[in-house]
This record gives sequence, C-alpha cells and structure tokens, in this order.
Amino acid sequence: MIVASSRVLVDSRTIRDDLARMAREIAGDLPGPEDVLVVGIHHQGVRIGAQLQRALETIWGAEIAGGTLDIGLHRDDLDQKPVPRLRPTMLPLTIRDQTVILVDDVIHTGRTIRAALDSLHDFGRPRRVLLAALFDRGQRCLPIAPDYVGRQIDLKGEERIRVVALENPGCFEARIDGA
Amino acid sequence: MTWNRKHLLDIQSLQPEDIQLVLDTAEAFKEFGERKIRKANILLGKTVVNLFIEPSTRTRISFELAAQRLSADTINFSTETSSFRKGETLKDTARNLEALHADILIVRHRSAGAPHFLSRVLSSSVINAGDGAHEHPTQALLDLFTMREKLGRIQGLQVTILGDILFSRVARSLIWALNKMGARVTLCGPPTLVPRQLEALGCRVTHDLPEAIAQADVVNLLRIQHERQQRKMFPNLGEYSKLFGLTIDRLNQMKPAALIMHPGPMNRGVEIDTEAAESERSVILDQVTNGLAVRMAVLYLVSGGVVPLQ
Repeated sequence: MIVASSRVLVDSRTIRDDLARMAREIAGDLPGPEDVLVVGIHHQGVRIGAQLQRALETIWGAEIAGGTLDIGLHRDDLDQKPVPRLRPTMLPLTIRDQTVILVDDVIHTGRTIRAALDSLHDFGRPRRVLLAALFDRGQRCLPIAPDYVGRQIDLKGEERIRVVALENPGCFEARIDGA
Repeated sequence: MTWNRKHLLDIQSLQPEDIQLVLDTAEAFKEFGERKIRKANILLGKTVVNLFIEPSTRTRISFELAAQRLSADTINFSTETSSFRKGETLKDTARNLEALHADILIVRHRSAGAPHFLSRVLSSSVINAGDGAHEHPTQALLDLFTMREKLGRIQGLQVTILGDILFSRVARSLIWALNKMGARVTLCGPPTLVPRQLEALGCRVTHDLPEAIAQADVVNLLRIQHERQQRKMFPNLGEYSKLFGLTIDRLNQMKPAALIMHPGPMNRGVEIDTEAAESERSVILDQVTNGLAVRMAVLYLVSGGVVPLQ
C-alpha cells in the first residue's frame, strides 16, 4: 500500500492516560476481578488488551485472565480479496459464565466486532460481553456500540487511523494515513 | 504478506514467504483443531472435489476432513469408481466436475504435471495431492510445519532423507521446501535409489547410513515401495533393512533431540523397526495431525480472491 502521508494524531502519553481512565471506568462498573476475562482481538487489540488487563490488575490488586481472539474465520468478505492472515486464538478452557471484556484498537464499521462475537460464541456462552475500543471513528454499519471508548475521532472517509506499538513496551501512538 | 495464488501446484514455484504464510496459517488451524467445536463456515456453499486417479487413503481422508471442517460439500472421485475405466480422458472428467460447479479440485494423478494441466483448462482452483514422481506439496508443508513446531525453526536444520528417493515426489517437494527455508539436506540410501545426480537438486548424497544420521536434526524416512522390487532396485528387503533400516540401535547413535519422521504408510521391519517407530522421538502421528491443519490452511488460502499482479 502506498501511504501518501502519515502523521501522529494522538501521542503515547495521551493513549496511556486514556487506557488508565478506561480501566478505572471498567473497574467502577464491575463488582470485582472474579470471572473477568480480557480478550484482545488480533492484531493490535491483543496488545491494547494486555495493557488494559495490567491496568485492571493494578486497580484490583489481583490477577485476571486474558486471551486473544482471531476473527478471520468469521469475516464476511473472504471471497472478495486475498484472505486475511490467521492467528491462533488463545482462550481459557471455558468462557462460560465469564464477563468478557472484548478489546480492539479502533471501532469503525462494527463488522470486526460482529465477527468477534461469532468467534467468541464458538467457545461457549459468556455471561456478559463488554466492548472496549481505544478509538471510535464512527461511521458504523451495524447496530453495535462500544461500552468503553478512549477517544472519539472524526476522520474523512479515505483517512485511516493506525495504532502503532512503540519500542518502549506498552506504549502506543496513533498515526493517521491518508491523502 | 498475503497469499495471491489461485492454485497450489508445486513447491518449486513458491517463494519462501509463501511457505512461511502457509505454516503460520496452519498454526491457527492447529489451534482450531484442538477446540471443542471444530467447524468453521469459510467454505460454506463451496464444493471441493477429491479427484484421485491413483489410490490414496491418508491424503484423501486428510483433505476430505479438512474440507468438511471448513463446511464445504465434498465429492470423492477415485479410479475404482470412475468412468476412467470406460476410457474418459482426464480433461473430460474434470470438465464434467466443473460443470457441477466444483470450486476446488484436489488432484492426485500418476502423471507428473496433471494438476498443472488442469489448472490451465479449468476455472476451479487446483491443489496438487501428488503427481507422478514430481511433487507432493502438502506433504512437504506438513513436514516443515512439524519440524518448526518441534524444533522451533527450519533455518539451519540438518535434515536427512533416507530411502527410496529417486521416484519419490515426497522427497522432491521436501528438498525444494527445505532449501528455500534455509535447511541443509542430505540424501541417503542405496545408489540405485539415491544416485549422485540428485545432488543437482541442491543437497548432499551419501550411501553411508551411520554418517548420514550422526549429525542430523531430523531423519525423514521414505517408504520402500515394494512394487519397485520387480525392477531389482536392490537385492532384497532383508539386505535393505540391514544396510539402511532405522533400528533402535541406530537411533541411539543420533543426536538426543533428533526427530524421526515418516510420511506413511510404514513398512515395519523394512525401513524402520517397531521400537524406533514407537520411540518418543518419532513424530509420525504428529505429522498426521499437522497434515490436517496444513491442508485446512491451503484450502483457506486458495479460497480467497486473487488480485491481478501489476
């Protein structure tokens, strides 16, 4: 892909603060760390999810379970372009009766989350699924809304936001690609 | 890296990145195979035809199960039951299958190049499941997957392929795949089955078994094909097994972490003895499990759309 321009939209300090605030909101809404499972969606949601999990563990002073979810097998556009890269899904033996916090870097059309819910339900019936997204860029095509959002951003149709992991572990910045 | 091929015809024309992508994708399907519910919808409504114009059990079953787990409709078409006996040509048979809207054709044929030919005359995707003495790409890919899974890498491994190599499509695909991924290959067996000319494929040839296995990280045994005995490629099975059979004593001369592989079916007591086949270094059954993951990965990859190259 040819990227005409790329610039930093949100710096790493802001993202760190946003993630910390999201963790406080989640901890405020849930009774405690019991039966909570943080699941990051491949690819970048996995890294954001791991950060959120650590932040929640710090607040609660207890370990919570984490996992990763690949949605490739549930996408709705498989025969239209080269198939997406698949990665292993790693979940605890059971997700039954768990409160799953599904984490992604950016929510846009909602199609990824639709596929993620289908993927998750292949593994059982969680008690409740909450959605946390670091960025919400609007323009939804499906009736799906995040429960926790780091930051709303308005972008033109052709502009793309990209969350990049920085060298310093656990640090991210958001870049904008577009004409 | 994305997959941009409609067919999987051979290893020779693949780039190292393509092989890497198949192995990475197969890792996801290996995890999928360990789930409670092993069914995905990605080939729902598509038809996969196993066109096996040469007997095969394990490859066909592996492909069939792989296609079923991805929700395809599957048809098995084999020599015993087909109109080949009535003299229909390969092209006509394949065209008939295509008229039934077969999306993916998995082809085994005794002539080298048959899958390539079909890929030119049909609009379906074609996967080579073994063509003559030419290639058997999915077997090589599952062998590489197993090596990478057990030893953590392929680059730099010393792999010895032992046995009936001259007419082996498994060996040919494996040699190409290992060379592309940076492993070093040694071939060993009697001179009639492992002639020096095979060095042209980019590997070392030796007829000295103890030397061939001493430094190997992987010893891959090939089946001695009894049918070849009529051509007197070696004096008798007893002598073969004495000179080139992998016994438990020989296994104990190998590096402690070295793997024993075999594409099956095994001739116990010929190329391998029972103790060696069942030792903890034997990963022969892992190969079968991994074959399923690799074939699901290949079906998944060829089922995507293809973008014309610029």
